[in-house]
Amino acid sequence: MGQPILEVEHLKKSYVNNVPILDDVSFSMQKGEVVVIVGPSGCGKSTFLRCINRLEAIDSGVLKLNGVSYENEKKNISKVREKIGMVFQSYDLFPNMTILNNLLLAPLKVQKRNKEEVKKEAEQLLDRVGLLDKKDNYPRQLSGGQKQRVAIVRAMLMHPEIMLLDEITAALDPEMVREVLQVVLELAKTGMTMLIVTHEMEFARSVADRVIFMDKGNIVEENTPEQFFDNPQTDRAKQFLNSFHYETVKK
Amino acid sequence: MQNMGIEVLFKGINSLRLWQGLWVTIRIALISMVFSIVLGFLLGMVMNIPNKIIKFICRIYLEIVRIMPQLVLLFLVYFGAAKHLGMNLTGETAAVIVFTFWGTAEMGDLVRSALISIPKHQYDSGYGLGLNKWQVYLYIILPQTIRRLLPSAVNLLTRMIKTTSLVALIGVVEVLKVGKQIIDASRYTNPTAALWVYGAVFFMYFIICFPFSRLSRVLEKKFAD
Repeated sequence: MGQPILEVEHLKKSYVNNVPILDDVSFSMQKGEVVVIVGPSGCGKSTFLRCINRLEAIDSGVLKLNGVSYENEKKNISKVREKIGMVFQSYDLFPNMTILNNLLLAPLKVQKRNKEEVKKEAEQLLDRVGLLDKKDNYPRQLSGGQKQRVAIVRAMLMHPEIMLLDEITAALDPEMVREVLQVVLELAKTGMTMLIVTHEMEFARSVADRVIFMDKGNIVEENTPEQFFDNPQTDRAKQFLNSFHYETVKK
Repeated sequence: MQNMGIEVLFKGINSLRLWQGLWVTIRIALISMVFSIVLGFLLGMVMNIPNKIIKFICRIYLEIVRIMPQLVLLFLVYFGAAKHLGMNLTGETAAVIVFTFWGTAEMGDLVRSALISIPKHQYDSGYGLGLNKWQVYLYIILPQTIRRLLPSAVNLLTRMIKTTSLVALIGVVEVLKVGKQIIDASRYTNPTAALWVYGAVFFMYFIICFPFSRLSRVLEKKFAD
Protein backbone atom coordinates (compact mmCIF):
# COMPACT_ATOMS: atom_id res chain seq x y z
CA MET A 1 0.00 0.00 0.00
CA GLY A 2 1.28 3.43 -0.91
CA GLN A 3 0.88 6.79 0.71
CA PRO A 4 -2.62 7.13 2.20
CA ILE A 5 -4.62 9.97 0.65
CA LEU A 6 -6.14 10.90 3.99
CA GLU A 7 -4.81 10.33 7.48
CA VAL A 8 -6.38 11.25 10.78
CA GLU A 9 -4.31 10.73 13.94
CA HIS A 10 -5.61 10.95 17.50
CA LEU A 11 -8.38 13.38 16.61
CA LYS A 12 -10.09 14.79 19.69
CA LYS A 13 -13.01 17.14 19.86
CA SER A 14 -15.39 18.12 22.60
CA TYR A 15 -17.91 20.88 23.06
CA VAL A 16 -18.00 23.37 25.93
CA ASN A 17 -19.31 20.99 28.57
CA ASN A 18 -16.28 18.74 27.97
CA VAL A 19 -18.33 15.81 26.75
CA PRO A 20 -16.11 14.28 24.07
CA ILE A 21 -17.71 14.08 20.62
CA LEU A 22 -14.63 12.49 19.11
CA ASP A 23 -12.42 10.66 21.55
CA ASP A 24 -9.00 9.94 20.07
CA VAL A 25 -10.02 8.78 16.58
CA SER A 26 -7.34 7.53 14.20
CA PHE A 27 -8.10 6.54 10.65
CA SER A 28 -6.61 6.48 7.18
CA MET A 29 -7.75 5.69 3.68
CA GLN A 30 -6.14 4.94 0.33
CA LYS A 31 -6.79 6.58 -3.00
CA GLY A 32 -9.81 5.07 -4.74
CA GLU A 33 -11.18 3.55 -1.57
CA VAL A 34 -14.82 3.91 -0.57
CA VAL A 35 -15.27 3.88 3.20
CA VAL A 36 -18.70 3.95 4.80
CA ILE A 37 -19.20 5.11 8.39
CA VAL A 38 -22.27 3.83 10.21
CA GLY A 39 -23.37 4.20 13.79
CA PRO A 40 -26.17 5.42 16.03
CA SER A 41 -27.23 9.07 16.08
CA GLY A 42 -24.90 11.27 18.07
CA CYS A 43 -21.95 8.91 17.78
CA GLY A 44 -19.88 11.67 16.19
CA LYS A 45 -19.82 10.49 12.59
CA SER A 46 -21.06 13.76 11.07
CA THR A 47 -18.76 15.77 13.32
CA PHE A 48 -15.93 13.54 12.14
CA LEU A 49 -16.58 14.50 8.50
CA ARG A 50 -16.95 18.16 9.37
CA CYS A 51 -13.64 18.07 11.23
CA ILE A 52 -11.90 16.53 8.23
CA ASN A 53 -12.55 19.58 6.07
CA ARG A 54 -12.18 21.84 9.11
CA LEU A 55 -15.72 23.22 9.16
CA GLU A 56 -15.51 22.26 12.83
CA ALA A 57 -12.52 23.26 14.93
CA ILE A 58 -10.62 20.36 16.49
CA ASP A 59 -9.13 20.20 19.97
CA SER A 60 -6.10 18.10 19.12
CA GLY A 61 -4.85 15.58 16.60
CA VAL A 62 -3.28 15.53 13.16
CA LEU A 63 -5.01 15.73 9.77
CA LYS A 64 -3.04 14.88 6.63
CA LEU A 65 -3.97 15.05 2.97
CA ASN A 66 -1.44 13.23 0.75
CA GLY A 67 0.99 13.24 3.65
CA VAL A 68 0.80 17.01 4.23
CA SER A 69 -0.71 18.00 7.55
CA TYR A 70 -3.31 20.79 7.49
CA GLU A 71 -4.80 20.83 10.98
CA ASN A 72 -3.19 24.22 11.69
CA GLU A 73 -3.69 25.69 8.25
CA LYS A 74 -5.45 29.06 8.45
CA LYS A 75 -4.93 31.20 5.37
CA ASN A 76 -4.78 28.36 2.89
CA ILE A 77 -7.56 26.21 4.32
CA SER A 78 -9.62 26.99 1.19
CA LYS A 79 -6.89 25.37 -0.89
CA VAL A 80 -7.32 22.17 1.14
CA ARG A 81 -11.10 22.34 0.91
CA GLU A 82 -10.89 22.59 -2.89
CA LYS A 83 -9.45 19.09 -2.82
CA ILE A 84 -12.01 17.76 -0.34
CA GLY A 85 -15.48 17.89 -1.82
CA MET A 86 -18.38 17.75 0.62
CA VAL A 87 -22.10 17.12 0.18
CA PHE A 88 -24.43 17.77 3.10
CA GLN A 89 -27.70 16.37 4.35
CA SER A 90 -29.71 19.52 3.73
CA TYR A 91 -29.14 19.79 -0.07
CA ASP A 92 -28.04 23.35 0.32
CA LEU A 93 -27.82 24.83 -3.13
CA PHE A 94 -27.61 28.61 -3.18
CA PRO A 95 -31.21 29.81 -3.65
CA ASN A 96 -30.16 33.10 -5.28
CA MET A 97 -28.56 31.41 -8.29
CA THR A 98 -29.69 29.19 -11.16
CA ILE A 99 -28.54 25.56 -11.17
CA LEU A 100 -25.83 26.33 -13.71
CA ASN A 101 -24.54 29.29 -11.70
CA ASN A 102 -24.54 27.17 -8.55
CA LEU A 103 -22.23 24.80 -10.40
CA LEU A 104 -20.00 27.46 -11.96
CA LEU A 105 -19.43 29.64 -8.89
CA ALA A 106 -16.55 27.84 -7.22
CA PRO A 107 -14.69 26.65 -10.36
CA LEU A 108 -14.73 30.21 -11.75
CA LYS A 109 -14.13 32.20 -8.56
CA VAL A 110 -11.89 29.83 -6.63
CA GLN A 111 -10.05 27.96 -9.34
CA LYS A 112 -10.27 30.76 -11.95
CA ARG A 113 -10.93 28.28 -14.71
CA ASN A 114 -12.08 29.10 -18.20
CA LYS A 115 -15.82 29.74 -18.23
CA GLU A 116 -16.65 27.98 -21.49
CA GLU A 117 -14.72 24.90 -20.52
CA VAL A 118 -16.33 24.63 -17.06
CA LYS A 119 -19.76 25.27 -18.53
CA LYS A 120 -19.28 22.46 -21.01
CA GLU A 121 -18.17 20.09 -18.26
CA ALA A 122 -21.06 21.16 -16.02
CA GLU A 123 -23.54 20.43 -18.78
CA GLN A 124 -22.01 17.03 -19.43
CA LEU A 125 -22.22 16.12 -15.75
CA LEU A 126 -25.79 17.43 -15.46
CA ASP A 127 -26.68 15.31 -18.44
CA ARG A 128 -25.15 12.28 -16.75
CA VAL A 129 -27.39 12.73 -13.70
CA GLY A 130 -30.37 13.42 -15.98
CA LEU A 131 -30.87 17.10 -15.11
CA LEU A 132 -29.56 18.98 -18.12
CA ASP A 133 -33.00 20.47 -18.81
CA LYS A 134 -32.99 22.05 -15.34
CA LYS A 135 -29.82 24.06 -15.77
CA ASP A 136 -31.57 27.44 -15.99
CA ASN A 137 -34.03 26.71 -13.19
CA TYR A 138 -33.71 27.91 -9.63
CA PRO A 139 -33.21 25.42 -6.78
CA ARG A 140 -36.74 26.05 -5.46
CA GLN A 141 -38.11 24.51 -8.66
CA LEU A 142 -36.36 21.18 -8.05
CA SER A 143 -37.31 18.24 -5.87
CA GLY A 144 -35.10 17.21 -2.95
CA GLY A 145 -33.56 14.34 -4.88
CA GLN A 146 -32.83 16.55 -7.87
CA LYS A 147 -31.23 19.20 -5.65
CA GLN A 148 -29.04 16.60 -4.02
CA ARG A 149 -27.88 15.31 -7.41
CA VAL A 150 -26.98 18.87 -8.37
CA ALA A 151 -25.09 19.25 -5.08
CA ILE A 152 -23.05 16.15 -5.94
CA VAL A 153 -22.29 17.52 -9.41
CA ARG A 154 -21.32 20.84 -7.83
CA ALA A 155 -18.77 19.11 -5.61
CA MET A 156 -17.46 16.96 -8.50
CA LEU A 157 -16.86 19.96 -10.76
CA MET A 158 -14.09 21.09 -8.41
CA HIS A 159 -12.23 17.85 -9.29
CA PRO A 160 -11.76 16.93 -5.63
CA GLU A 161 -9.35 14.19 -4.65
CA ILE A 162 -11.75 12.90 -2.05
CA MET A 163 -15.46 13.36 -1.44
CA LEU A 164 -17.21 13.45 1.94
CA LEU A 165 -20.91 12.61 1.85
CA ASP A 166 -22.72 13.46 5.06
CA GLU A 167 -26.06 11.58 5.28
CA ILE A 168 -26.97 12.88 1.86
CA THR A 169 -30.25 10.96 1.69
CA ALA A 170 -31.42 11.46 5.28
CA ALA A 171 -33.77 14.33 4.39
CA LEU A 172 -35.24 12.72 1.27
CA ASP A 173 -38.44 10.85 0.55
CA PRO A 174 -37.80 7.11 0.18
CA GLU A 175 -38.48 7.18 -3.55
CA MET A 176 -35.84 9.82 -4.13
CA VAL A 177 -33.16 8.05 -2.12
CA ARG A 178 -32.46 5.64 -4.92
CA GLU A 179 -31.92 8.24 -7.67
CA VAL A 180 -29.32 9.94 -5.49
CA LEU A 181 -27.55 6.80 -4.36
CA GLN A 182 -27.40 5.60 -7.97
CA VAL A 183 -25.28 8.66 -8.75
CA VAL A 184 -22.97 7.82 -5.85
CA LEU A 185 -22.62 4.23 -7.07
CA GLU A 186 -21.68 5.51 -10.54
CA LEU A 187 -19.14 7.78 -8.90
CA ALA A 188 -17.64 4.86 -6.98
CA LYS A 189 -17.24 2.95 -10.25
CA THR A 190 -15.14 5.79 -11.68
CA GLY A 191 -12.67 5.29 -8.83
CA MET A 192 -13.58 8.36 -6.79
CA THR A 193 -12.24 8.22 -3.22
CA MET A 194 -15.22 8.65 -0.90
CA LEU A 195 -15.92 8.77 2.80
CA ILE A 196 -19.65 8.26 3.30
CA VAL A 197 -21.86 8.60 6.36
CA THR A 198 -25.21 6.93 5.79
CA HIS A 199 -28.14 5.15 7.39
CA GLU A 200 -28.92 3.16 4.23
CA MET A 201 -27.48 -0.23 5.18
CA GLU A 202 -28.16 -1.96 1.84
CA PHE A 203 -26.43 0.88 0.05
CA ALA A 204 -23.53 0.78 2.50
CA ARG A 205 -23.04 -2.92 1.82
CA SER A 206 -22.99 -2.49 -1.96
CA VAL A 207 -20.81 0.61 -2.22
CA ALA A 208 -18.27 0.13 0.56
CA ASP A 209 -14.80 -1.32 0.35
CA ARG A 210 -14.58 -0.99 4.11
CA VAL A 211 -17.13 -0.27 6.82
CA ILE A 212 -16.39 1.67 9.99
CA PHE A 213 -18.72 1.44 12.94
CA MET A 214 -18.62 4.35 15.35
CA ASP A 215 -20.14 4.69 18.79
CA LYS A 216 -19.70 7.35 21.48
CA GLY A 217 -16.95 9.15 19.59
CA ASN A 218 -14.85 6.07 18.94
CA ILE A 219 -14.27 3.66 16.09
CA VAL A 220 -15.61 0.42 17.56
CA GLU A 221 -15.28 -1.86 14.57
CA GLU A 222 -13.58 -1.74 11.18
CA ASN A 223 -14.33 -4.49 8.68
CA THR A 224 -15.19 -5.53 5.15
CA PRO A 225 -18.88 -4.96 4.38
CA GLU A 226 -19.56 -8.71 4.11
CA GLN A 227 -17.97 -9.43 7.46
CA PHE A 228 -19.53 -6.44 9.15
CA PHE A 229 -23.11 -7.00 8.06
CA ASP A 230 -23.13 -10.81 8.22
CA ASN A 231 -20.81 -11.47 11.07
CA PRO A 232 -20.08 -8.40 13.20
CA GLN A 233 -17.27 -8.86 15.69
CA THR A 234 -18.39 -6.59 18.52
CA ASP A 235 -21.51 -6.79 20.64
CA ARG A 236 -22.24 -3.11 20.13
CA ALA A 237 -22.27 -3.55 16.34
CA LYS A 238 -24.51 -6.62 16.64
CA GLN A 239 -26.92 -4.66 18.78
CA PHE A 240 -26.88 -1.75 16.30
CA LEU A 241 -27.52 -3.94 13.27
CA ASN A 242 -30.33 -5.77 15.06
CA SER A 243 -32.16 -2.48 15.45
CA PHE A 244 -32.78 -2.56 11.69
CA HIS A 245 -34.72 -5.82 11.88
CA TYR A 246 -38.31 -6.20 12.88
CA GLU A 247 -39.93 -9.35 14.08
CA THR A 248 -42.80 -10.54 11.95
CA VAL A 249 -46.17 -10.25 13.59
CA LYS A 250 -47.99 -13.56 13.05
CA LYS A 251 -51.74 -13.50 13.27
CA MET B 1 -67.17 83.93 -8.92
CA GLN B 2 -67.08 81.99 -5.76
CA ASN B 3 -63.64 81.62 -4.25
CA MET B 4 -62.76 77.92 -4.44
CA GLY B 5 -59.57 78.19 -2.45
CA ILE B 6 -57.86 75.74 -4.75
CA GLU B 7 -56.59 78.66 -6.83
CA VAL B 8 -53.93 79.21 -4.23
CA LEU B 9 -52.01 76.33 -5.75
CA PHE B 10 -51.89 77.96 -9.16
CA LYS B 11 -51.12 81.50 -8.10
CA GLY B 12 -47.74 82.82 -9.23
CA ILE B 13 -45.05 80.21 -8.80
CA ASN B 14 -46.67 78.54 -5.80
CA SER B 15 -46.83 75.04 -7.25
CA LEU B 16 -43.34 75.29 -8.67
CA ARG B 17 -42.12 76.28 -5.20
CA LEU B 18 -43.89 73.29 -3.67
CA TRP B 19 -42.18 70.95 -6.13
CA GLN B 20 -38.85 72.58 -5.35
CA GLY B 21 -39.50 72.01 -1.66
CA LEU B 22 -40.31 68.40 -2.39
CA TRP B 23 -37.02 68.06 -4.24
CA VAL B 24 -35.16 69.24 -1.10
CA THR B 25 -37.04 66.60 0.89
CA ILE B 26 -36.20 63.84 -1.55
CA ARG B 27 -32.58 64.95 -1.85
CA ILE B 28 -31.99 64.82 1.90
CA ALA B 29 -33.74 61.45 2.25
CA LEU B 30 -32.02 59.80 -0.72
CA ILE B 31 -28.50 61.00 0.06
CA SER B 32 -28.89 59.93 3.69
CA MET B 33 -30.33 56.58 2.60
CA VAL B 34 -27.41 55.84 0.26
CA PHE B 35 -24.94 56.55 3.09
CA SER B 36 -27.07 54.55 5.53
CA ILE B 37 -27.18 51.51 3.27
CA VAL B 38 -23.41 51.42 2.71
CA LEU B 39 -22.52 52.12 6.35
CA GLY B 40 -25.39 49.97 7.63
CA PHE B 41 -24.07 46.92 5.77
CA LEU B 42 -20.66 47.40 7.34
CA LEU B 43 -22.20 47.97 10.76
CA GLY B 44 -24.41 44.89 10.42
CA MET B 45 -21.39 42.73 9.67
CA VAL B 46 -19.44 44.28 12.54
CA MET B 47 -22.37 43.68 14.90
CA ASN B 48 -22.16 39.95 14.20
CA ILE B 49 -18.52 39.71 15.26
CA PRO B 50 -18.55 37.57 18.41
CA ASN B 51 -16.70 40.07 20.58
CA LYS B 52 -18.24 41.47 23.75
CA ILE B 53 -16.67 44.93 23.53
CA ILE B 54 -17.70 45.45 19.91
CA LYS B 55 -21.21 44.21 20.70
CA PHE B 56 -21.44 46.59 23.65
CA ILE B 57 -20.34 49.65 21.63
CA CYS B 58 -22.78 48.84 18.83
CA ARG B 59 -25.55 48.37 21.38
CA ILE B 60 -24.91 51.78 22.93
CA TYR B 61 -24.91 53.47 19.53
CA LEU B 62 -28.19 51.78 18.64
CA GLU B 63 -29.83 52.72 21.93
CA ILE B 64 -28.73 56.37 21.66
CA VAL B 65 -30.26 56.62 18.21
CA ARG B 66 -33.48 54.99 19.39
CA ILE B 67 -33.84 57.02 22.58
CA MET B 68 -32.99 60.44 21.14
CA PRO B 69 -35.72 62.15 19.14
CA GLN B 70 -34.44 63.05 15.67
CA LEU B 71 -35.23 66.67 16.40
CA VAL B 72 -32.83 66.73 19.34
CA LEU B 73 -30.14 65.21 17.15
CA LEU B 74 -30.78 67.84 14.50
CA PHE B 75 -30.42 70.67 17.03
CA LEU B 76 -27.36 69.04 18.51
CA VAL B 77 -25.57 68.79 15.19
CA TYR B 78 -26.75 72.06 13.65
CA PHE B 79 -26.33 74.36 16.63
CA GLY B 80 -23.77 72.26 18.49
CA ALA B 81 -21.35 72.17 15.57
CA ALA B 82 -21.61 75.92 15.14
CA LYS B 83 -21.24 76.74 18.81
CA HIS B 84 -18.65 74.24 20.03
CA LEU B 85 -16.72 73.25 16.94
CA GLY B 86 -16.99 76.54 15.12
CA MET B 87 -18.27 74.74 12.05
CA ASN B 88 -20.95 76.46 10.05
CA LEU B 89 -22.88 73.58 8.62
CA THR B 90 -25.71 74.35 6.25
CA GLY B 91 -29.07 73.05 7.44
CA GLU B 92 -29.08 70.50 4.68
CA THR B 93 -25.64 69.11 5.58
CA ALA B 94 -26.63 68.86 9.22
CA ALA B 95 -29.80 67.07 8.17
CA VAL B 96 -27.88 64.55 6.02
CA ILE B 97 -25.48 63.89 8.91
CA VAL B 98 -28.30 63.27 11.38
CA PHE B 99 -30.36 61.13 9.03
CA THR B 100 -27.31 59.09 8.13
CA PHE B 101 -26.48 58.64 11.82
CA TRP B 102 -30.03 57.44 12.40
CA GLY B 103 -30.35 55.39 9.21
CA THR B 104 -27.03 53.62 9.71
CA ALA B 105 -28.11 52.37 13.12
CA GLU B 106 -31.46 51.15 11.82
CA MET B 107 -29.97 49.59 8.68
CA GLY B 108 -27.19 48.01 10.72
CA ASP B 109 -29.68 46.30 12.97
CA LEU B 110 -31.71 45.13 9.97
CA VAL B 111 -28.60 43.79 8.24
CA ARG B 112 -27.51 42.06 11.45
CA SER B 113 -30.79 40.20 11.82
CA ALA B 114 -30.97 39.39 8.10
CA LEU B 115 -27.47 37.94 8.30
CA ILE B 116 -28.27 35.67 11.24
CA SER B 117 -31.42 34.47 9.46
CA ILE B 118 -29.32 32.90 6.68
CA PRO B 119 -28.99 29.19 7.59
CA LYS B 120 -25.55 28.06 8.74
CA HIS B 121 -25.35 25.42 6.03
CA GLN B 122 -25.25 28.12 3.37
CA TYR B 123 -21.94 29.27 4.84
CA ASP B 124 -20.79 25.66 5.25
CA SER B 125 -21.41 24.71 1.64
CA GLY B 126 -19.65 27.87 0.49
CA TYR B 127 -16.60 27.13 2.62
CA GLY B 128 -16.82 23.46 1.65
CA LEU B 129 -16.37 24.47 -1.99
CA GLY B 130 -13.17 26.29 -1.13
CA LEU B 131 -14.57 29.83 -1.22
CA ASN B 132 -12.94 32.22 1.22
CA LYS B 133 -14.81 34.39 3.70
CA TRP B 134 -15.21 37.39 1.37
CA GLN B 135 -16.35 35.25 -1.53
CA VAL B 136 -18.93 33.51 0.65
CA TYR B 137 -20.32 36.88 1.74
CA LEU B 138 -20.16 38.49 -1.68
CA TYR B 139 -21.71 35.74 -3.78
CA ILE B 140 -23.87 33.78 -1.35
CA ILE B 141 -24.79 35.58 1.84
CA LEU B 142 -25.22 39.22 0.77
CA PRO B 143 -27.50 38.53 -2.22
CA GLN B 144 -29.79 36.52 0.05
CA THR B 145 -29.57 39.17 2.75
CA ILE B 146 -30.60 41.92 0.35
CA ARG B 147 -33.79 40.10 -0.56
CA ARG B 148 -34.72 39.70 3.10
CA LEU B 149 -33.88 43.35 3.74
CA LEU B 150 -35.85 44.96 0.96
CA PRO B 151 -39.21 45.41 2.69
CA SER B 152 -37.75 46.88 5.87
CA ALA B 153 -35.23 49.02 4.00
CA VAL B 154 -37.99 50.57 1.90
CA ASN B 155 -40.00 51.10 5.05
CA LEU B 156 -37.02 52.95 6.54
CA LEU B 157 -36.70 55.08 3.41
CA THR B 158 -40.34 56.17 3.51
CA ARG B 159 -40.04 56.90 7.23
CA MET B 160 -37.00 59.00 6.44
CA ILE B 161 -38.83 60.92 3.73
CA LYS B 162 -41.61 61.69 6.18
CA THR B 163 -39.26 62.65 9.00
CA THR B 164 -37.53 65.24 6.82
CA SER B 165 -40.40 67.54 7.70
CA LEU B 166 -38.44 68.22 10.92
CA VAL B 167 -35.59 69.92 9.10
CA ALA B 168 -37.74 73.03 8.66
CA LEU B 169 -36.87 73.68 12.30
CA ILE B 170 -33.20 74.14 11.48
CA GLY B 171 -34.02 76.48 8.64
CA VAL B 172 -34.16 74.18 5.67
CA VAL B 173 -37.00 75.12 3.39
CA GLU B 174 -38.47 71.84 2.35
CA VAL B 175 -41.93 71.05 1.05
CA LEU B 176 -43.82 71.48 4.30
CA LYS B 177 -42.08 74.78 5.07
CA VAL B 178 -42.86 76.07 1.58
CA GLY B 179 -46.48 75.11 2.16
CA LYS B 180 -46.50 77.01 5.46
CA GLN B 181 -45.06 80.10 3.75
CA ILE B 182 -47.71 79.99 1.02
CA ILE B 183 -50.48 79.66 3.61
CA ASP B 184 -49.09 82.55 5.66
CA ALA B 185 -48.80 84.74 2.58
CA SER B 186 -52.41 84.19 1.54
CA ARG B 187 -53.97 84.21 5.02
CA TYR B 188 -56.16 87.24 4.25
CA THR B 189 -56.85 86.73 0.55
CA ASN B 190 -57.62 83.04 0.82
CA PRO B 191 -58.67 81.76 4.27
CA THR B 192 -59.12 78.12 3.13
CA ALA B 193 -55.61 77.92 1.65
CA ALA B 194 -54.41 75.65 4.47
CA LEU B 195 -56.72 72.82 3.41
CA TRP B 196 -55.60 72.96 -0.20
CA VAL B 197 -51.91 73.44 0.45
CA TYR B 198 -51.67 70.70 3.07
CA GLY B 199 -53.79 68.51 0.81
CA ALA B 200 -51.32 69.06 -1.99
CA VAL B 201 -48.41 68.29 0.36
CA PHE B 202 -50.12 65.07 1.44
CA PHE B 203 -50.57 64.12 -2.18
CA MET B 204 -46.90 64.85 -2.91
CA TYR B 205 -45.66 62.68 -0.04
CA PHE B 206 -47.94 59.97 -1.29
CA ILE B 207 -46.71 60.00 -4.86
CA ILE B 208 -43.08 59.69 -3.80
CA CYS B 209 -43.58 57.06 -1.10
CA PHE B 210 -46.06 54.90 -3.00
CA PRO B 211 -43.74 53.99 -5.94
CA PHE B 212 -41.07 52.91 -3.45
CA SER B 213 -43.36 50.51 -1.66
CA ARG B 214 -44.59 49.16 -5.02
CA LEU B 215 -41.01 48.74 -6.13
CA SER B 216 -40.17 46.77 -3.01
CA ARG B 217 -43.08 44.43 -3.61
CA VAL B 218 -42.00 43.82 -7.22
CA LEU B 219 -38.39 43.18 -6.19
CA GLU B 220 -39.46 40.89 -3.37
CA LYS B 221 -41.37 38.74 -5.85
CA LYS B 222 -38.46 38.74 -8.25
CA PHE B 223 -35.98 37.58 -5.62
CA ALA B 224 -38.29 35.09 -3.88
CA ASP B 225 -36.79 31.64 -3.42
